[in-house]
Amino acid sequence: MNSPNSFRTQPDDRGHFGEFGGRYVAETLMPLILDLEREYRAAQADPAFAAKFDDLMKHYVGRPSPLYFAERLTEALRVSSPEGRGAQVWFKRDELNHTGAHKINNCIGQILLAKRMGKTRIIAETGAGQHGVATATVCARFGLPCVIYMGAEDVKRQSPNVFRMKLLGAEVVPVTSGGATLKDAMNEGLRDWVANVHDTFYIIGTAAGPHPYPEMVRNFQSVIGTEARAQMLERVGRLPDLLVACIGGGSNALGLFHPFLDDADVKMLGVEAAGHGLDGDEHAASLLGGAPGVLHGNKTYLLQDEDGQITEGHSISAGLDYPGIGPEHAWLKESGRVEYTAVTDNEALDGFQLLCRTEGIIPALEPSHAIAAVAERAKQMSEEDIILMNLCGRGDKDIFTVAEKLGVEM
Amino acid sequence: MNASNRLSSAFAKSRPAFVAFITAGDGDTAANLDALVAGGADVIELGMPFTDPMADGPAIQAANLRSLGAGTTTANVLQTAYDFRARHPDVPLILMGYANPMIRRGPEWFASAAKGAGVDGVICVDIPPEEDDALGPALREAGIAPIRLATPTTDAARLPAVIEGSEGFLYYVSVAGITGKQQAAIDSIESNVARIKQSTDLPVAVGFGVRTPEQAAEIARVADGVVVGSAFIDLVEKCGKDAPAALQELTTAMVAAINDARSQGIHS
Repeated sequence: MNSPNSFRTQPDDRGHFGEFGGRYVAETLMPLILDLEREYRAAQADPAFAAKFDDLMKHYVGRPSPLYFAERLTEALRVSSPEGRGAQVWFKRDELNHTGAHKINNCIGQILLAKRMGKTRIIAETGAGQHGVATATVCARFGLPCVIYMGAEDVKRQSPNVFRMKLLGAEVVPVTSGGATLKDAMNEGLRDWVANVHDTFYIIGTAAGPHPYPEMVRNFQSVIGTEARAQMLERVGRLPDLLVACIGGGSNALGLFHPFLDDADVKMLGVEAAGHGLDGDEHAASLLGGAPGVLHGNKTYLLQDEDGQITEGHSISAGLDYPGIGPEHAWLKESGRVEYTAVTDNEALDGFQLLCRTEGIIPALEPSHAIAAVAERAKQMSEEDIILMNLCGRGDKDIFTVAEKLGVEM
Repeated sequence: MNASNRLSSAFAKSRPAFVAFITAGDGDTAANLDALVAGGADVIELGMPFTDPMADGPAIQAANLRSLGAGTTTANVLQTAYDFRARHPDVPLILMGYANPMIRRGPEWFASAAKGAGVDGVICVDIPPEEDDALGPALREAGIAPIRLATPTTDAARLPAVIEGSEGFLYYVSVAGITGKQQAAIDSIESNVARIKQSTDLPVAVGFGVRTPEQAAEIARVADGVVVGSAFIDLVEKCGKDAPAALQELTTAMVAAINDARSQGIHS
């Protein structure tokens, strides 16, 4: 593929990122997503909307999140690096946001849009529960009733988040259809939406789904990269050499990457979940182990069989356990602008523990994948080089999973 | 008879067409299809199973998963269609399903394979007019009718785009919702069908939530066709190997109700 003049002008006016994205939805939903797009464009052009978003980001979410030089992690990685190697590792601290992850950025944007559109009921899907908690949070904040669809398997695996959502006033509906995980929760969200088209706003949690969701979610999450870019310039006077972020649906990665896409010297690495390894079926790496197809309103890379039946992803991290990926990542992969790799459950567990011990930060299992990739790349890079990783969530929710994996009785 | 002739003949009868849906690979599909034909179904709609049928209610979701659980492949579905065409040369057969299984090997592959199996039309739930390029051109090239869905949310501004490029008939989804749940008020169905028919000469068949002969009769008074799916799926699940007799009985009752409705001449 020839390099476009800019990597930041996608999607086109039909919501296509190259051949990916689009609006593959049932006719019942088409008028709704066209309406949503119109309202989103109007909101984008309205300084009052941006002002409200910025105000909530600052005073409710706690932004800007810090940019942090991980000095002891950097030193620890240099110990096992060749002479002169061992890049500086910096973190964008989105785990310090209210609710403990980047998800809230998008939820604030979408609930403001829902209010603007006069919608009176919110629905969402959730896998690990982080997006569900973030959605329940903004619904409580804005006084809107909220129904969260969550796979019955995930309800069992993530009971603390289920309780958090209930405390916040949300109704959590366990989904038993299919494999009873995130993709089934998303199916059920779409079924609810199609039956409640007039009053309901669907807050999709990642940069996927029918246009305009991938673009909209990316733009709300771009607060991450926009802040990080300015903070980097202010702190060290130059841009980082490599950006790293984990990828499930891919919203935290796009949030970090997008503002840097036209900075040609900034390399980017997206880290998928390799589960038990890419050579088997037990992984959630849609880009590296999947093929293009259509699911949940967009064309993108999917885990699927030769007949186009969707297969279940696997990852130690429920937040990465989705058989698809945002369509912009599919495009960024094919254009060559972003490199993608995958990290196994065990490597992520190592990354998790490494960060706990070197920096006093308990990361979520999702960014633990990115930490594992950072540890490997830093050793190959010069001491002068800068890696900036999005630390997109904190690990309180994951301590039970980690304890079980480490064989610890709690 | 060729594809367009089979479909147009089905809608050229003196009564509205009865369109019967079952999911391929759920139960003894060949026997079940024969029962629908024996009962008088005018058009057969064969569901291609998909892991993620997000427009379908619990009955058809479960049928999809039963079928896939039994190992149904795309090749099996096409073989079922091929065998049906050999047994019933004049009964129109359409495939209904979701985009991903249809485009997995490329739209041209699918269109050509479906044509070879004697399929007359294709309903793809999640390819709206905006994404027609993903499958529509390949179907038209192969001489298969792309059958589009219109819904209560398809407003006047959108309707022309839905009709443009539709062939065979237009499927009016009577409720904003998923398959097999509640039925819309007949007043709403009547006014929407009338609205659609002002814009197109295509026959308009109505489905979603039609479960009884009485409901079928109501719709027959205002539309060119009636689609029933979940009620058949329920029988396939409940009756197991005795499903064909039950399917034929319900089809016969549906067709009789449609006949009576139209012969009473309440509308058109």
